[in-house]
Amino acid sequence: MSRFIPNQNEHREKMLREIGVGEFGDLLEPIPEKYRLKEKLQLPEPISELGLNREFEEFASRNTGAELACFLGAGSYDHFIPAAVDHILLRSEFYTAYTPYQAEVSQGTLQAIFEYQTMIARLTGMEMANASMYDGASSAAEACLMAMRSTRKQRILIAGSLNPRWQDVIRTYLKRDDFEINEIPFLDDGSLDLETAGKLIEGGTAAVLVQYPNYFGLIEDIQPAAELIHGSGGLLIVAADPVALPLLRSPGDAGADIVVGEGQSMGIPMSYGGPYAGFMAASAKLARKMPGRIIGRTTDRAGQTGYVLTLQTREQHIRRDKATSNICSNQALMALANSAYLSLMGERGFREISSQCYHKSHYLEKKLLEIPGISRLFSKIPFFREFVISLPVSSIAFRDRMIEHGILAGLPLVELGEGAMLVTVTEKRTRDEIDRYAMAAAEICGGGTS
Amino acid sequence: MSDIPEGFRYTDSHEWVKDLGNSEYMMGLTAYAQEQMGEIVMVEFPGMLDFNSGEILGSLEAVKTAEDFYAPFDCKVVRINEGLEDEPALINENPYDKGWLVVVKTDDPSGFNSLKSAEEYTEFIGE
Amino acid sequence: MKTVFEISSPGRIGVSLPDLDVPATSEIPPGLLRENGGKTGLPEATEGQILRHYVNLSTMNHHVDKGMYPLGSCTMKYNPKLHENLARIRGLSGLHPLVPDELAAGSLELMYRLGEFLCEITGFEGVSLQPAAGAQGEFCGIMIIKSYHESRGEKQRNEILMPDSAHGTNPATSTLSDCVVVGVESNEYGLVDPEDLKRKVGPLTAAFMLTNPNTLGLFESRIEELTSIVHEAGGLNYMDGANMNALLGIAKPREMGFDVCHLNLHKTFSTPHGGGGPGSGPVICSEELARFLPDPVVIREDDGSIRFSRNQDSFGRLLAFQGNIGVLYKAYAYIRTLGAEGLREVSENALINANYLKSKLADYFDNPFDNGPCMHEFVLSGDRQAKLGVRTLDIAKRLLDYGFHAPTVYFPLIVHEALMIEPTETESLEELDTFVEAMVSIAGEAVEKPYLVTDAPVNTPVLRLDEVKAVKDLCVVEPVDKGENI
Repeated sequence: MSRFIPNQNEHREKMLREIGVGEFGDLLEPIPEKYRLKEKLQLPEPISELGLNREFEEFASRNTGAELACFLGAGSYDHFIPAAVDHILLRSEFYTAYTPYQAEVSQGTLQAIFEYQTMIARLTGMEMANASMYDGASSAAEACLMAMRSTRKQRILIAGSLNPRWQDVIRTYLKRDDFEINEIPFLDDGSLDLETAGKLIEGGTAAVLVQYPNYFGLIEDIQPAAELIHGSGGLLIVAADPVALPLLRSPGDAGADIVVGEGQSMGIPMSYGGPYAGFMAASAKLARKMPGRIIGRTTDRAGQTGYVLTLQTREQHIRRDKATSNICSNQALMALANSAYLSLMGERGFREISSQCYHKSHYLEKKLLEIPGISRLFSKIPFFREFVISLPVSSIAFRDRMIEHGILAGLPLVELGEGAMLVTVTEKRTRDEIDRYAMAAAEICGGGTS
Repeated sequence: MSDIPEGFRYTDSHEWVKDLGNSEYMMGLTAYAQEQMGEIVMVEFPGMLDFNSGEILGSLEAVKTAEDFYAPFDCKVVRINEGLEDEPALINENPYDKGWLVVVKTDDPSGFNSLKSAEEYTEFIGE
Repeated sequence: MKTVFEISSPGRIGVSLPDLDVPATSEIPPGLLRENGGKTGLPEATEGQILRHYVNLSTMNHHVDKGMYPLGSCTMKYNPKLHENLARIRGLSGLHPLVPDELAAGSLELMYRLGEFLCEITGFEGVSLQPAAGAQGEFCGIMIIKSYHESRGEKQRNEILMPDSAHGTNPATSTLSDCVVVGVESNEYGLVDPEDLKRKVGPLTAAFMLTNPNTLGLFESRIEELTSIVHEAGGLNYMDGANMNALLGIAKPREMGFDVCHLNLHKTFSTPHGGGGPGSGPVICSEELARFLPDPVVIREDDGSIRFSRNQDSFGRLLAFQGNIGVLYKAYAYIRTLGAEGLREVSENALINANYLKSKLADYFDNPFDNGPCMHEFVLSGDRQAKLGVRTLDIAKRLLDYGFHAPTVYFPLIVHEALMIEPTETESLEELDTFVEAMVSIAGEAVEKPYLVTDAPVNTPVLRLDEVKAVKDLCVVEPVDKGENI
């Protein structure tokens, strides 16, 4: 018997007697004989705790990418996580609980998520937020569906400067004949082509979706896009980078109706892609069109404050085929990580993180621009944390050579040119690492030291 | 036992319908149905449009249930109970009067005439 | 309890950050700066205050490490502690999702092996570990099925058949996938009625979606007939694997005629529920359907190396990256710890525990579908108590006073006043007996002192909450203090 199963043979026999069957096999009577497995599953022999630890250490040691200085971003970021975050997540009370269906014994989760909703709403400058979605990309896709439900229009315009993986997810979620997705191209300077957008909007568009800052790290003023789509009765969806928000004008202030984003950079490790947490915030009038769980504050029979799942009639377990989404499990524990992180960082800490990302990325950019042959693409528009450089060598070859220097240099964007590379600098990168990046780049690009 | 007044007609989906004359009919939710739902917290109407028989005229929400209500016959919605927007619980408090939902218009009375009588509806809900 | 905003005071901070170690050479143009002088309204408190806040919050939760959680359909089993450590090993948690495959050889190999395990357990050949939860797994499965029909020139097939006892996610998924739900009736034994299924299948049938064991905890004994009816009509069979905890090492979905299924790693494979996620809902399918799996899939090359690959016919991508990898690590660890015999023991004990409870409670509660053994869970009806004015909701709340979580209530919809009970294999006989005592005691209270049940709970951090008020006076974020300038 494994260390997870308490009942021994004597218990089993006693229980089978109570049930009124002679042996375990009698309980399988409802399963037709032909389907009952005669052979045991072909799986490796069981392993001890100690052995499993070793096996995992071995797996981990083969992930050599985790040892490099990470200048790779594009939707997942290597940020500092205070130790206290994990201590909160490792409370059994949080991580071994289920969805808070029985509110009276789930106030911990419920209040924590209520506070999470508040933090997301405040950061994004919106009136409300839900309890989280799977990730930023699926949250963006759900926001498109929400906009279509709300406006009863079936066309979505997505910015070409939106993360291409997110574009793929949106296309998957909106894959049906009566839905139309068009792309708004970006101009040579990397900004949204508003003139084309104006034409594409005509004839009924549910929403325009822009990324802020965009996939290339560019900080665009999104208000003109908001005005454009509002003028035709549609909504503006903004896919926002939360780490930029302490510095930048909030999407809500600029006119967004729905704001989505990826919460990974707020206290969640990169973990090879997940679990992360998508957030979704919106204006109050869209509350009933929102997908996912929403926590609300109320009172109990004695008048004490308490929290419950609310507006549940939007959800699948009640509205079934007419629900606003099929989402059930979300990423609650990751939302808790977000709120623990934001609580610890607080007003000042999170702004400091944001500011350091800004300055460190600019420091690297300046260093790189000193190297002959390296230039920045879209250099007229300010950027945050990420920028695109054009290298005199192939960006894939550059990336591979940089690995030899112990550096994950960034993401090659070959669609923008053979030498194009998206480079990210978070607050975690030290000046020494940044200087090493620049020196190695100079060497690879054929120049001297900078 | 729920109140099922005489003089109204009833549908299988638990709406009552009352002939107002001039080809106009008032509709609401039966006392039985509102009891099943619990306190109603929201009512939504698509608007003053034409509907085919069986199409959704609007939806009602309680805390743990949501129900649509349907056009009992081909008709046009001509009035909506706007008081329900602020006070949807009127449906619970006064289902046959202040809690009415919509007034519809049709020139063909046959649809109305084929609906259930109070007696038939009583039998239908098995009370 | 005070909110984190209420314990906030300007100037406090909960982290120590290094000073900026590079020159600040550039500034954001003023027009792009945050409004209100840059204030975000985030809390301001020390590390100790924040910890105390969350620890105090946490004490208000019921959880598996505290007590039994007999929540039907949710498989609330014990979550091994080692697995939390493993997922946090720096080489796993610190890996960026876009590193070249050769720099992620450890994680890729683990994922590939986990995929093989899941195929062996279910009898299938193709797998995607990407879906983030069961509902996304369902969406993935239906998109695969739609792609299959489209590839055969049968794009018109858009009807998803499902029994009236289906999980709410099933119909919601059908709508999300632009399909139409067609209900199939259950018979007097709580099983799908093959005659009704025959009437409902046709040239528009895309798929039959079935949970097996079904949501009553009953194995669909006529499964061969059911899946054949659908195949003969040109449709495919989808299994909602939410209840796979009954079948590990006991039976394989593939052999029963299913073409695709999802598993809930956060149920069957012991990864924690996290208060509502993250889960993971891998999709496993036949070889014929594997080419439609979402991007990317993990493949093994001839030279033994493992990498991500794109299927030409893939229906698309579900998440920005490759899934809830941290959850996959824990499920892998679970399967490695137990092996074939251990997994079979899981299901055997899950069945014994459920049947034991069913038998012990038989005299006290109605069981409308008690026709022999149940699988890993069973559904009682609180009808007898409801006639006394004590509703299932009251029974659920009273169980909280006894220190248990409530069963799943009012589901499936085909049982009046339903109480769906799933003990799982990690509960001991002693614990089950304590649960029985509580249930029997409540059944007695319902007769003798019903107010004890209808007033419940009284031993919980808060009393019954006003859900009507929560909807009517909607408050989903902490309002900003009037004094604060935000």
